[in-house]
Amino acid sequence: MFESLKGFGVTFGTMFKKVVTEEYPEVKKVTAPRFHGRHQLNRHPDGLEKCVGCELCAWACPADAIFVEGGDNTEEARYSPGERFGADYQINYLRCIGCGLCIEACPTRSLTMTNEYELADDNRQDLIFTKEDLLAPLLPGMEQPPHPMRLGDNEQDYYVNGPRLAKEAQQ
Amino acid sequence: MTIAPDKPNATELVVPEGHVKLVIDGVEVVAPKGELLIRTAERLGTVIPRFCDHPLLEPAGACRQCLVEVEMGGRPMPKPQASCTMTVADGMVVKTQLTSPVADKAQQGVMELLLINHPLDCPICDKGGECPLQNQAIAHGRSDSRFHEHKRTFPKPINISTQVLLDRERCVLCQRCTRFSAQIAGDPFIELLERGAQQQIGVAKEKPFQSYFSGNTIQICPVGALTSAAYRFRARPFDLVSTPSVCEHCSSGCAERTDWRRGKVQRKLAGDDPQVNEEWICDKGRFAFRYATTGDRIKRPLVRDKESGELRESSWTEALQVAAAGLAAARDANGVGVLTGGRLTVEDAYAYSKFARIALHTNDIDFRARPHSAEELEFLSGTTVFTNPDNGVTFQGIEKAPAALLVAFEPEEEAPIVFLRLRKAARKGTKVFHLGQFTTPAVEKTFGTLLACVPGAEANAINALPEHASDVVELLSKPGAVILVGERAAVVPGAFTAVARLAERTGAQVAWIPRRAGERGALAVGATPNLLPGGRHVANAAARLEVERTWGVEEGSLPATPGRDTTGILEAAASGQLSGLVVGGVDPFDLPDPRLAEKALAGAGFIVSLELRPSAVTAHADVVLPIAPAVEKAGSYLNWEGRRREFGTTLEGTGSLPDCRVLDTLAVEMDADLFTQTPAASAADLARLGEGAVTGSSLNVAAPLQSPAGPGKAVLATWHRLIGNGSLQVDEPHLAGTARPVVAKVAEATAQQFGLVTGGYVTVSTDRGAITLPVETDDLPEGVIWLPTNSGDVTVRATLGAGHGSIVSVSGGTS
Repeated sequence: MFESLKGFGVTFGTMFKKVVTEEYPEVKKVTAPRFHGRHQLNRHPDGLEKCVGCELCAWACPADAIFVEGGDNTEEARYSPGERFGADYQINYLRCIGCGLCIEACPTRSLTMTNEYELADDNRQDLIFTKEDLLAPLLPGMEQPPHPMRLGDNEQDYYVNGPRLAKEAQQ
Repeated sequence: MTIAPDKPNATELVVPEGHVKLVIDGVEVVAPKGELLIRTAERLGTVIPRFCDHPLLEPAGACRQCLVEVEMGGRPMPKPQASCTMTVADGMVVKTQLTSPVADKAQQGVMELLLINHPLDCPICDKGGECPLQNQAIAHGRSDSRFHEHKRTFPKPINISTQVLLDRERCVLCQRCTRFSAQIAGDPFIELLERGAQQQIGVAKEKPFQSYFSGNTIQICPVGALTSAAYRFRARPFDLVSTPSVCEHCSSGCAERTDWRRGKVQRKLAGDDPQVNEEWICDKGRFAFRYATTGDRIKRPLVRDKESGELRESSWTEALQVAAAGLAAARDANGVGVLTGGRLTVEDAYAYSKFARIALHTNDIDFRARPHSAEELEFLSGTTVFTNPDNGVTFQGIEKAPAALLVAFEPEEEAPIVFLRLRKAARKGTKVFHLGQFTTPAVEKTFGTLLACVPGAEANAINALPEHASDVVELLSKPGAVILVGERAAVVPGAFTAVARLAERTGAQVAWIPRRAGERGALAVGATPNLLPGGRHVANAAARLEVERTWGVEEGSLPATPGRDTTGILEAAASGQLSGLVVGGVDPFDLPDPRLAEKALAGAGFIVSLELRPSAVTAHADVVLPIAPAVEKAGSYLNWEGRRREFGTTLEGTGSLPDCRVLDTLAVEMDADLFTQTPAASAADLARLGEGAVTGSSLNVAAPLQSPAGPGKAVLATWHRLIGNGSLQVDEPHLAGTARPVVAKVAEATAQQFGLVTGGYVTVSTDRGAITLPVETDDLPEGVIWLPTNSGDVTVRATLGAGHGSIVSVSGGTS
C-alpha cells in the first residue's frame, strides 16, 4: 500500500519540477555561442572567397569528411585574392563529427562553423554539401565572384589591411 | 664499406685498399676514398639535412645546411664544414648534429637564414606536404623566427616555359635546377642572376629556352620554387595514391611513379632505377598522360549499322559476334591481315601474334606502323630479337663504352634517356659519332662528332668509314664500343648490312633503338610476318612444331610461309587480295604511304579496330572494340635493351579491357583458344614457349649510289621530334608549348641556290602537296633540306607522302 503511494508521490512531485521536454521544432533551441554547427566558407569584404583551396582542412579532418580541389585564379576569372582558390569544396555531413579541427587548420579563416545544427535529411546525396551550400551569403557591398580584386593590388592588401580598406571603400 | 661493430675495440676494422677509416659520431667507419661525408654518414643511418646535395649532381656546397664539426689529425677545424662537399680522409673525426651542439646550432642558424626571405606560401604551394624545406624546418629549425622586418618579394610566378613556373621568393638558391640543366641535360636554360639578397634564378636571355628534361628540375627542387603548369594546384601528396609504373612512350622503359586521385592520373614522377633511367625522365614521359582521359575516348564497343552506315554503340556480346563472324568470313575468303602498331605491351602483342596464327591462320602480321624494309626485318629477326641485357648493349654499357656510333638515330628526339646516358658517358670521355645530316643539339650536348651525309647515303658513309675515318673504326674496335641504330635506318637501303659488316670488322656491339615502347616486345613475341614467338622462324618446321605442341594446336596447322609486311598487307587490302584487317593502335599518317593506307582502309572488306580514341582507322572500321590505356592495365614492355619492364594496374576497376583479353574473347567466338584472358595468363603462356634457337641474319643489301636530286629539287631529311603531333600527346597544351620551333633547315649554299633567306619561308612540295614553313640555315650537306616529320602544321607523310631520303621540290615561299 505504502509502496504504490510512494510511486504516485514521484508522479505528483514531478508536476512541480521544471519541464525538460523541448518543444522542438516549434521552438528552436538556442545553442551555446561556440556550438559546432554547419560549416561556412567566409568571404572578403568585397565578396571574394577567403578559401585558397589549400586542403589543410581535409588534411586535418579525422573523419575524412572534406574534399577539396584547388584551382588557378586567372585574370579573367578571379575567385579569391592571390594565385589559388578552392575550385571544388565538399563536406560530407554523414561523416563529419563536428570536432572543429578543420577550423583550427584553416590558414585564412575561411572555414568557420555556424550554430546551425539542423543537418538531417532522408537521403545521402543531400548531405554532401558543396561549395555553393557552404559559402557565406553576400552581405551589402559584396559582389559575387568571379571579379577582380577591389580592395587592393595584391593578396597582401587583403590579409594585412583588409578591414581598413573595406571601410575606406564603403566611405 | 663495412659498418663498425658495436665494440670498436674488440676487433680492429680492416681497411681495404683504396679505403680510409674515420670516426663519425663516435662510430668508426671505413669508407672508400673520395666519398662525401654526407653519404658516409647516411650509410651509418645519420641523415644530415641538405638542400643542394643530390647524389647524381656534382657537389656545390650552395645551401650550407649540412654543416658538421670536423677534426683532422687531432686538430678541430675552426668552423663547421659542409659535409656535402668534403670527402672522407683517414683519421677524420666528424660530429654531426646528433653529437655536436656546435653543428646543431650552425644548422639551425642556416635554416633561420633560409627562412628569412621564404614566404609563408605553404598553404598555396604545390610542394606543401612533400617539401624538404618544410620537413627539415620542423626537424632541424628553430620554433620561431627572430626576423620581424619585411621579407624580400618578387613578382610571382613567372613562366620560364609554358610548362615550368618559377616563384623566386620561395627559392633557397640551392642550384639543383641550374646544375641539372648544365650537367645532366646540357640545356643551361636557367642560371643564377644578380647578387646578394637580390640573387635569383632566371632565364638566360640569349639562349633559346627549351629543354626536353625541364620536368626533372621541378622534381628535384627542394622547395616549391619550380612548379609545373599541368599539376598546378591539382592535389596534395596526402590525397594522391602513388603507383610504380613504366613509361609507355619511348623504348627506354623508364621507371615512373604515377600519382592519381579519384580515378584520374594527376602527375607522373621519375622513378629511381640506376640500371635504366637513374632518376630522370623526359618531359613527354612526365607530362603526356591525359590522352587516356580526353573526352572522346571510346568506352563502349561500336558496330557499324547496316542501314545508316554509321557506328553505333553496342553490347560487347553483339560487337564480338559481329567481329568474329566478319573475320571468319574474311579469313575464309582471301584472308585477314593484322596491323598491331608499336605501342603494345608484350602480353598484348603476344595475343595479336597468337590470334593471327591460330584464329586467322595467317602470318600477315606486322608491328611496324612506320617506314620499314625487308632488310630491317632480316636484321631484327636474326640478331636483335636475341639480345638481352646479359649479352647486348645496355644503358650501363653505353656509359662504359669507349666510343659510340649513332646511325640514323637522333637520341634526344627518339630516346631521350639514351641521350642522357650518352651525355653522361661523353662527359667521362666516350667519343660519340653521329651519322646524320646536321649538328643537332644532341651532337653538341654529347660533345659528339658529326659524320654528315646525304639522307639515304648513310650506308655508303658507313662503308666508307675505314677509308675516310679510320680513327672512328679504330675507336669502335676497342672493347665495349657500341653502334646504336635508329628506326630511320629502315628507309636507307643497305644501312643494316653496312652496320652488320662494320660490327663484324670492329667487334662493336649493335643495338637497335626504336622510337616506340612496344616495338621490341612485339618483335620478341612474333608480331612480324616471319617470326613466331621467341625468335623462331616460321619457315623452320622444327620451330613450328615446338610452338604447335606448346599451344596445343593440331600439328601442321601453323602457316609455314612468311607473310606480308605492313606495306604488303595494305597493298593486298587495297587490291582485294586480303578481305579483312585487324588494326591495333595505328595512325595511318605514320605509315610510309598514308594514301595507300587510306585506300586499304576504304577497300578492305571487313575491319576490326581496337582503339582508345576515334581515329582514321575507326572511321572505316566495321567493329570498334575499346581497349585499356597503359594506366588501366597491367603488363610489361621490353625496352630496347631487351629488358622486361613490368608494371601493375594503376587505375583499378575502370572496366576497360586490355587488348589480350579482347582478342582472347574474340578468338573464343571464332573457336580458337588463346589463353590470354589476363596479362598474367598471357605472360605465362608466353613463358611456356621460351626462346628459340639463335639464328643470325644474312644481310646482303648493296648500298645504292645516290643520283643527284636535279634542278629545283633537294633530298629530304626528316625525323620525328620528341614533342610533336603524336597521338599520345593530345590535350597537353603546356607540354606542346615546350616543343622546338617548327622550321626547315638547309645549308647556306643551298639557301642561296633556292633563293631562301633565314627568317624567310620555304615551300617544300611533291606531287601530293606542299608545305610552307620558316627556314633556317645550318651545316647540312648541300642539296638537302630537313623538316620535322610530324610537328605542328608540318605533316611530311600526310601532306607530301614523302620520307627520309625522298626527293622533294623546293622553292622560296611566302608566309
